[in-house]
Amino acid sequence: MQKKFSSDRYDPLSTERDALSRRTFIKGVIAAGTVAGAAGLMTGCSGGDSSGGGAGSVERLVTINVNGKDRPVDVMPNETLAHTLRNKLGLTGTKLGCDRASCGACTVMIDGVTTYSCSTLTHMVRNKKIVTVEGVVGPNGELHPVQQAMIEELAPQCGYCTPGQVVSGVALLQRNPNPTRDEVRHALSGNLCRCGAYNNYINAIVKAAGRA
Amino acid sequence: MAEKLLGNNFTPPDVRAKVTGASKYSEDVRVDGMCYVKMLGNPMPSSNVTIVDTSEALAMKGVLGILTENDVPPSPPPGYPILTNKPRQLGQPILAVAAETEAIAAEALEKIKVNYEAQPFSLDPLQSLYPGGPNALDEGNISGGRSIPLGVLKWTARDFAEAGETRLPMGEAPEEWSVGDVEAAFKDAAFIIDEPFVVASSSHQALEPRSTLSYWENGKCFVYGSSQSQSWMMPGLAAMLQIPVEDVVYIAEFCGGGFGAKASPYPTMAIPAYMSKKIGRPCMLRITRAEEYHIGGSRPGFQGQLKVGFDNKGKVTAIDCYIVQSGGPSNGSGDYTAAAEALALVYTPTNMRFRGVPVVTNKPMHISQRGPGQNQIACIMEPFMDRAAKQLGIDRIMIREINAPDHDVVFSDRESTVTSSYIRDALIMGSDKFKWKEKIALSGKRNGNKVIGIGVGQAYHSAGSNGFDGLVTIRPDGKLHIHSGVGNLGTYSYASASRIAAETLGCSWENTVIEHGDSRRGLPWVLAQFGSNTTFTTTRTNFAAANDAKQKLKEIAAMDLGGAADDYEVDNETVFLKSDPSKVMTFAQAATRAIELGGKYDGHEFPDELNAVTKAAMPLVAGLGLCGVAKDNMPKKGTVPALATGYAMIELDTETGKYEILEYTAFVDCGSVIHPQSLEQQVRGGGVMGMGMASTDRMVYDPQNGLCATVDLYHTKPLTILDIPSNLEVGAVNKPDPQSPAGVKGVGEPVMGCAAAAILSAIQDATGHSFNRTPVDPDMIVNAMAGRPQSFKPLQVNI
Repeated sequence: MQKKFSSDRYDPLSTERDALSRRTFIKGVIAAGTVAGAAGLMTGCSGGDSSGGGAGSVERLVTINVNGKDRPVDVMPNETLAHTLRNKLGLTGTKLGCDRASCGACTVMIDGVTTYSCSTLTHMVRNKKIVTVEGVVGPNGELHPVQQAMIEELAPQCGYCTPGQVVSGVALLQRNPNPTRDEVRHALSGNLCRCGAYNNYINAIVKAAGRA
Repeated sequence: MAEKLLGNNFTPPDVRAKVTGASKYSEDVRVDGMCYVKMLGNPMPSSNVTIVDTSEALAMKGVLGILTENDVPPSPPPGYPILTNKPRQLGQPILAVAAETEAIAAEALEKIKVNYEAQPFSLDPLQSLYPGGPNALDEGNISGGRSIPLGVLKWTARDFAEAGETRLPMGEAPEEWSVGDVEAAFKDAAFIIDEPFVVASSSHQALEPRSTLSYWENGKCFVYGSSQSQSWMMPGLAAMLQIPVEDVVYIAEFCGGGFGAKASPYPTMAIPAYMSKKIGRPCMLRITRAEEYHIGGSRPGFQGQLKVGFDNKGKVTAIDCYIVQSGGPSNGSGDYTAAAEALALVYTPTNMRFRGVPVVTNKPMHISQRGPGQNQIACIMEPFMDRAAKQLGIDRIMIREINAPDHDVVFSDRESTVTSSYIRDALIMGSDKFKWKEKIALSGKRNGNKVIGIGVGQAYHSAGSNGFDGLVTIRPDGKLHIHSGVGNLGTYSYASASRIAAETLGCSWENTVIEHGDSRRGLPWVLAQFGSNTTFTTTRTNFAAANDAKQKLKEIAAMDLGGAADDYEVDNETVFLKSDPSKVMTFAQAATRAIELGGKYDGHEFPDELNAVTKAAMPLVAGLGLCGVAKDNMPKKGTVPALATGYAMIELDTETGKYEILEYTAFVDCGSVIHPQSLEQQVRGGGVMGMGMASTDRMVYDPQNGLCATVDLYHTKPLTILDIPSNLEVGAVNKPDPQSPAGVKGVGEPVMGCAAAAILSAIQDATGHSFNRTPVDPDMIVNAMAGRPQSFKPLQVNI
């Protein structure tokens, strides 16, 4: 089972609990002293001086491990991982399609588990390993077999969901090197593609499975 | 012999960046000093706004400025204003705040004191047409289509009383045409269906919200936008920004989906540009998903009455169609008239009358969506065809073949013709690929609560244009640069349509570079990337430019090597004497000579007939090498029809109303196949979107307060990977269109409509019930199966 916190996929009976559920996300935001509303998911990358009025809170320097490197970064208590990645670390491969945990364009791996970074607080992943689409390439920049197969199968259309599909595909092959088409479907089911390129993504990941 | 490019697969140059995350969409761009803009949206469907006090917001630390309607040019109704104090839809931008961070901008919006005076509003066109009913705009309630100006139209109470609840009231129609004798044809018809229908408005829901970054530098306005189109954006942006087109720098290398809603410049693009001008900082306007539902456009909905007469052989002899189109608070699109033309072409009725009225409502701006008009009507008409087939004892494929247009078809009141039509071939080949005869034997087969339904659908879209410009340069390094003014919607047609230039010039693909996505690269004027037109339109422009370059290569060779230009041939990246191939110049040598010669050879001189956008691009390419630039003056007669057929098998649960799509096949007439992989991808993707159109895509409004209930992806769900079969089958007739130098036509639009129609046809087949609306949801199916009345009236909208 893929672990993501999309409310309609939350299974209260499951013993396989995410460390990062929607509930813990909201609790985290509340604990951080702000409301889990719009302001918590907004962008501001002006460095230390983002504390205009009451909307911003004081940033704290933390270190997160992204794509194998420790990255010190100033983070607000209510800051999402997607925001940190995109606006503070320059990793814009992680896309925002909804900012509300429904599209999957922001999918990253946290300790190998696919997670929506738009709904994960950066403060909560300090001791975890984060892998974004920029981090799935090999040590010399060679494409991951999933990426290579997506090119060969012309899987992306507009490409906006693609980084999320890549991360979900890579994560799948890490835990299941030889998935069936149906297993691929389930692994990608948290990644919406409005262009409807689903078949081509399945073809690519099945093709990559033989090479990964 | 040069490499054969057309018809073969290749890797478009932008795919790699998409899989690595290196692709930069507008929201991914960062520039020094960038600040953030947030908009204040109208909190109700229609209001008159007074901005009372902005001082507290402006005094906040980090707030950089406020932009109101006074700072931007007006756009009188039925135009859609950039900012307005008379917002006529929910979420319409009233003002914008710039701040160091988005959080500060959002907080500043809260501190601006605004008075809203609620105005009457209209969410249901029929309500607006009723005597005394609300008008969405102060100036009226109808606008759009071929030539309907903004004005007031009210039907009589009698029109409504006579129709009752089970027929469309059919009062005065501002749009009307007819061919033949419709009344007589109905008198002679063997079978007639005459029923009301509804097609819901639906959001385009591109995955990338339409963020814009803008700043001014050296007198030029830089705009990084999210758009399907590239050169097409330039004149509209220039007009919105009130600057000459040569002062617009437009960058849109990638676009995260548009489906029609990002085809042309949209008003919110101008907000960061004007804000940047006012405060002197680069401004990023990030659009949220919820905002996207309000300002991102939606497909016009239809309420209508469709009457179709058949003779006993299944030929459609008469159609009488009335469409009331639901538009937004701006000039309405031509969907409803396009729907009529689709009926006239696909079913070749010998007699037809069309009436229609484009009503404006206080809902989002309605913009053409993939297959505008044609796909809506396919959802209604295709199930009608099945009913006639059943009634007359004709196979459902056969009845479509009987009515299919040939190459010599003449249709609608305009007496339109087509460039080619192979839809009958598509029906025969497609039903064969789907194994129709085997599948139809399974129709109605039960397994407990579940029942099999088999469906077929067809759709059409006009898919090609002419008269635009092409531009290529051959550089001193010997490489061919194809300057594409086409956008990058994700169809890869910008690349596949470029290949004709390389093939014409005998240039290897390896030595070909496509310049696109940034007006600084010198991009010619071509049509927007909408309406499936790119493949047809720009193979012609690129062919024209390549031929111009070819002629110049020959002239240069003749100058230097002797003889006449016509004695020379171009191939293998050289120009050589036909009688003595040892007299040869490489592309690199010819490009160097072109620069020495100057004038027309290196682009310093160019034909006056080029469009202003191309002319503005010429100084950017002049002197770079040998320049081929030309307007597409090749003859074109008739509509370029993209035609698609789809076949579906579903298993429908009669107790839950849910169904699984077991199999789907699409077979299309797109002329010659220019790029097999991108064709398959488009046909499949359009299929998925069509399946959503049949089942989940719709915008819903609360009739009392006019608020929108569909402001997130899970409210109006795009289908997921689990909702569709894991292998959608694709095929193409692959016969050339005679009016394209590559034999090609586009096909991106009807592949959605045929899928939607095929699913609705399958639902009708499984349930034995005619819903006459889309989308059809499980509640409707459950009610139908239980023999209960539906919870809505036949013409009710917003459900």
